[in-house]
Amino acid sequence: MPAFTPPPLPSDDKRWKIVNGTMRKNGFARHALIETLHTVQSSFGYLDDDAIRFVARSLRVPLSQAYGVVTFYHYFSLKPPGKHTVTVCAGTACYIKGADKLIAAAEQRLGIPPGQTTKDGQISLMTARCVGACSRAPVVLYDGEVAGEVASEHVLEQLERWAVE
Amino acid sequence: MTIEELEQIAESVRLENAKFDYEVNVCMDLACASQGAEKLRDALVKAVEASGKTVLVRRTGCMGPCSSGPLVRVDPEETLYHHVNADHADAIVASLGGDPVPTLQCDLNDHFDKQVRVVLENAGHIDPEKIDDYISCEGYKALLTALTEMTPNGVVHRITESGLRGRGGGGYPTGLKWGTVAKAGGDLKYVVCNGDEGDPGAFMDRSVMEGDPHRVIEGMAIAAYAVGASKGFIYVRAEYPVAVARLTTALREARRRGLLGSNICGTTFSFDVEIRLGAGAFVCGEETALLASIEGRRGTPRPRPPYPAVSGLWGKPTLINNVETYANIAPIVRNGGKWFANMGSERSKGTKVFALTGKITNTGLVEVPMGIKLREIIEVIGGGVPDGHTFKAVQTGGPSGGCIPAEMLDIGVSYDALLKVGSIMGSGGMIVMDDTSCMVNVAKFFIEFCMTESCGKCIPCRAGTAQMHTLLSRICDGSGTMDDLELLEDLCSTVKEASLCGLGQTAPNPVLSTLKYFRNEYIEHIAHKRCPAGVCNIKAAVEVLA
Repeated sequence: MPAFTPPPLPSDDKRWKIVNGTMRKNGFARHALIETLHTVQSSFGYLDDDAIRFVARSLRVPLSQAYGVVTFYHYFSLKPPGKHTVTVCAGTACYIKGADKLIAAAEQRLGIPPGQTTKDGQISLMTARCVGACSRAPVVLYDGEVAGEVASEHVLEQLERWAVE
Repeated sequence: MTIEELEQIAESVRLENAKFDYEVNVCMDLACASQGAEKLRDALVKAVEASGKTVLVRRTGCMGPCSSGPLVRVDPEETLYHHVNADHADAIVASLGGDPVPTLQCDLNDHFDKQVRVVLENAGHIDPEKIDDYISCEGYKALLTALTEMTPNGVVHRITESGLRGRGGGGYPTGLKWGTVAKAGGDLKYVVCNGDEGDPGAFMDRSVMEGDPHRVIEGMAIAAYAVGASKGFIYVRAEYPVAVARLTTALREARRRGLLGSNICGTTFSFDVEIRLGAGAFVCGEETALLASIEGRRGTPRPRPPYPAVSGLWGKPTLINNVETYANIAPIVRNGGKWFANMGSERSKGTKVFALTGKITNTGLVEVPMGIKLREIIEVIGGGVPDGHTFKAVQTGGPSGGCIPAEMLDIGVSYDALLKVGSIMGSGGMIVMDDTSCMVNVAKFFIEFCMTESCGKCIPCRAGTAQMHTLLSRICDGSGTMDDLELLEDLCSTVKEASLCGLGQTAPNPVLSTLKYFRNEYIEHIAHKRCPAGVCNIKAAVEVLA
């Protein structure tokens, strides 16, 4: 069998080298699929068709299987995130402490349901399954920064600040 | 590395620490960090520099009572300060050597007195990013003792003798599992740590991985020696970036000290660990799904047998234990199986860590001996329900568990007792609900969770949870009928009996337990179109479903 040559990088964007690095570290083994997708998402913010194709070819995984993995796991996103992201934790402790009110307030202010980004690409509204800060419920992540015991007003204030940027 | 060398390191840490007159420990766990613990630590460091006192400011893992955070403990006096912020730094440093700051001091004796710390003994006392801190608390002594003085069989025997049962929730005897993997043939075996803490409302494993990462690694290494494995994986949720960072640092430090790698401690035993990131799938907490995910595939479970102990990762014998289970190993090896078996109740030994959250005064992380009454955890350790509300139920076991009502609070916490009242031990989430929670809505919340998290492989779980969700939504919005209730109960038993894996088999538990103890709330919704807690949005006119 001829030796396998990985496909060329999709472009000269330096981030592809980081992605390639993860695959090389794992010897281009198939089991590195999820690890590699994590690297793509942390470098580019989301997974697009080109990225999934490139990773699938490099790891010799059928495209259908790679796409199956991407859509199976909640953590992977096929859409680019907004400039800012507000993530409301929807874990049990947060639910008991009224996270639904926070989600409703943000939904109303932004005019989008959870999982979407405002039309101007400024703010994404997300929900998380649990970030593990349950003792400070309800919890909201502003661009990844954890804030505890959050009230609706607090969320709205932050959204205002982002909106005028 | 030998035991003598370990002791030398521990001694040098002690000498180093003795140079300081005081130690100011700052809890930097997620809950305290979200309240500004980072700024607080910087302010403390500055205040110490300005004061000229010899003080060690140390970052630590979770101290426990998160609702009182940010927390600071001053040693050697063991003065605990609560709700501390950066503005208090000068006052705290100025008080060293004199009387403590009265306005910040907190009295949590009731909270701590009933607790027994085994798994959490180092959390809040050591810097999780310093391996030498861990070594100074007898860290890695158990591993080296096992490698130099015990046979692999002897280790398995000691774990069996301790009576330790799996802390992920199932409660399978750990010694028995280890014995099976040890006996399995083949020279390539794996050890896997399940750190996919998917239960929403639980954070024990996160705190252990972040606050005392070496404890987990040491437990895994001992397990690998006992079962004859040379390679390990820690599967951590991607939602826990700090845990991933701490474990990465810990693994690097352990390799540097020769406690991981080839020929550990000059013996023939070699072992190393890799971290694998989860990607947000609750079902990956199920062991066969977790293995599929490590192999880079969709996390769908498969029928057992064969059990992973016989055929796991890439078809090789694989030992899978939970984070807390591994965290119990080093103290058992160090102190003996009998020491551990002396704690707890008859069939549930040792201690259990719980994440106490919801409508309770002292939220946070607690570690209690098995057998303690639920009432003691909630009323004494947790300080009861705040704001004049009354206790309604405590939910254990997350989406796989049940709601336990007030009249059952006198049961002792053990695997069997919780199962008997229709809940499970689970990984340790404990969510308290008061009179403002609607139990039908709670059941709907959990079923919605299981519905979205169902992997879709088997029909009872995939379709059953969706139908249950439809029925519960109808009951919640006031359009449910008594027939719906009957159908719901029927579906519960189908999903429970016929699902492939634990997710589906236990998904009906929250519904069944609320039906059992809070049936009147269901009836109120159906017969009187009324939500007693005022949570559900009952429609004025009953719509006919299209």
